[in-house]
Amino acid sequence: MSTRKIFKRNQGATSSPKSRLLGLATLFGLVTLFVFAFFLTDPDVRLHPTTGEEIGQFDAVRLLYLHVPMAIIGPYVAPLVGAVASVGYLIKRTQWWDVTAHAAIEVGAIFCGLVLLTGSIWGRPVWNTWWEWGDVRLMTTLILFLMLLGYLALRRVAPDGQKQARRSAIVAIVAAINLPIINRSVEWWESRTLHQKSTLSELKIEDLTFFTLMMGIVVFLMLFTWLVLHRFRLGWLEKESLEQDVLTSIEERRSEATVNEEGTL
Amino acid sequence: MEVIQLHEAMVFLGRFPALAGVNLAVHTGEIIALQGANGAGKTTLLKLCAGLIPLDKGSGKVLGHDLDSEQKSIRRSVAMLGHTSGLYEDLTVDENILFWAQAAGLDRAAAYDRRDDAIQRMGIEERLRRLPVSRLSAGQKRRTSLASLAVRRPQLWLLDEPHSGLDQEGRESVDLFIKEAVKAGATVMIASHELDRINSLSPRVVTIAGGVVAGGEKQ
Amino acid sequence: MTQFFNDLFLVAMKDLRIEIRSRVIVNQVAPFAVLVLVLFGFALDADQRTLRLFAPGLFWVAILLCLLLAVQRSVSLEVINDSLLGLKMAGLSPSSIFLGKAMAVFVQMIFLELFLTGGVIIFYGTSIDDLALWIVSGLVAALALSATGTLYGALASGLEVRETLLPILLLPVLAPVLIGATKAYSGALGESVTNGWQWTGLLSLFALAALALGAMAYGVLVEE
Repeated sequence: MSTRKIFKRNQGATSSPKSRLLGLATLFGLVTLFVFAFFLTDPDVRLHPTTGEEIGQFDAVRLLYLHVPMAIIGPYVAPLVGAVASVGYLIKRTQWWDVTAHAAIEVGAIFCGLVLLTGSIWGRPVWNTWWEWGDVRLMTTLILFLMLLGYLALRRVAPDGQKQARRSAIVAIVAAINLPIINRSVEWWESRTLHQKSTLSELKIEDLTFFTLMMGIVVFLMLFTWLVLHRFRLGWLEKESLEQDVLTSIEERRSEATVNEEGTL
Repeated sequence: MEVIQLHEAMVFLGRFPALAGVNLAVHTGEIIALQGANGAGKTTLLKLCAGLIPLDKGSGKVLGHDLDSEQKSIRRSVAMLGHTSGLYEDLTVDENILFWAQAAGLDRAAAYDRRDDAIQRMGIEERLRRLPVSRLSAGQKRRTSLASLAVRRPQLWLLDEPHSGLDQEGRESVDLFIKEAVKAGATVMIASHELDRINSLSPRVVTIAGGVVAGGEKQ
Repeated sequence: MTQFFNDLFLVAMKDLRIEIRSRVIVNQVAPFAVLVLVLFGFALDADQRTLRLFAPGLFWVAILLCLLLAVQRSVSLEVINDSLLGLKMAGLSPSSIFLGKAMAVFVQMIFLELFLTGGVIIFYGTSIDDLALWIVSGLVAALALSATGTLYGALASGLEVRETLLPILLLPVLAPVLIGATKAYSGALGESVTNGWQWTGLLSLFALAALALGAMAYGVLVEE
């Protein structure tokens, strides 16, 4: 049964009073974050120590208040949650772990995509390029993003049930183990990296900047939790509706026998 | 002794209940014919008894091993011939049978002996032995498959439509093989939807329909 | 334990014997690899200096494409007549099946690497500067590729879309191997000063992890 049908049948069933509260808080947080990021904080403007020219990221820095929190969650938190849940599945073999892993990785993939997008938009004015090959985190995130897409592709095509869950769990675990290796190899590959040098350490970390950044991290963690929660519930409903079908299909299956006999008599 | 014992056995393929509560007892040395329409659950029942798919509900024993916890021991002592030959097309008849003998854990000398023995018993002609399997006829392939399973000397044979796609001669050689296997003390369970083909073996017929045993008759 | 290694070699020798009989790698994949080298030549305007400079990278990209074909072939051997079922019934341990199949792919990859090295020497005019580095990094990279490839081949097997699914699953995972092997070969072929041995170390780490993980995970996959 398609996800859409289940959603229709159980309209509103993926939310509960508590998740609704979390959702409202997240929404409020996002609005506040936008106000802080785009209006209250100052643009990044510094004076060059010798020439006295105005340098810095100017207004582009505002995008970092969204980019950095997502960059923490998409390529790190989400795959980690997914891998831990996958290990949990292989040990316990219960659907709860499997659905959790799927939810975390699906939301994580979206975050990774947004990280790459916002990073690219930000990189154009600041690094003067859409794409920087030598950057470790950029390359690692891209490869991870592709691995997560592979995971989601496998989930779509694998036959339902245990087969799908086992195969997906292995792919998620391999992706997580591979992550530090990719990171290390890209780091050695091009020893230059733009990230650390030109962003956070050079940025004038003022109180307001710091506060906004921290708030961004908290708000996006809330958003991540809220999305995963709903994705999990949707996945769970999907499995549950299959189980309900099972009981009726046992009856149907058994009735085939009697119909057949009557038919042949 | 009972070779197969099933109590309310249920198997789900995805969410489809392929077996919806099977009760069955098979005794040593019997020939059992599972009869029923396509999709009745015959193949699933054979696979369950081979220890290849998990028992989802109910209980059962095969050759004294529990179907729930001792699937590995069951697999080793059971031979299953499915719809596929299980053979490697590019290897010769000799190589295939030898490979399966060695895969069963026999050492080199014993594997050669069993291979020659199986080839002789299945009546595989000398000239075929060095041919790649891809060049065999359907009947010759079926006999090679049976020989590659016979090297393990299984106590229970599970045959899924062993006569399908064979000519009269091929069918007779399969029948002969089954009779000899039973004579040697094995038990044979055959799934077939054309009962008249196996009548000459005078089996006990069990009818499967809708994933349950719908009836049986002693011949 | 001896049974384990017997089974491992039995499976590996079986796959290699099938290759000797059917010559799929020799007659189809190897010519394809040369074709890829030639196509790179066309695309880069057949400038030998450029080609020499990029030879390590082009070499390993060609090898990755060959790996996809070799893995598909390795999987299809067991799938065509459902022989994997027989292996399971015979009581072979999943780890020995995995390591055996990976070993057969490993031997085939070594053959392809040697063949393609001849190709880059002839077509691109490269030469081997550091023989020891060339041999060791080539072996270790082949091990990493065959172990990972065999595991992912099993992950995608039995699915109707396995031909299209395998590349998107496998290639991102192999990114570190491509980088590492290219860097090591840059050193070995004298195209740039890199710390080739450091890269070979990274490749070994990857190979070991892939072998261990594959041997464990294969059981989970075969038990389906």
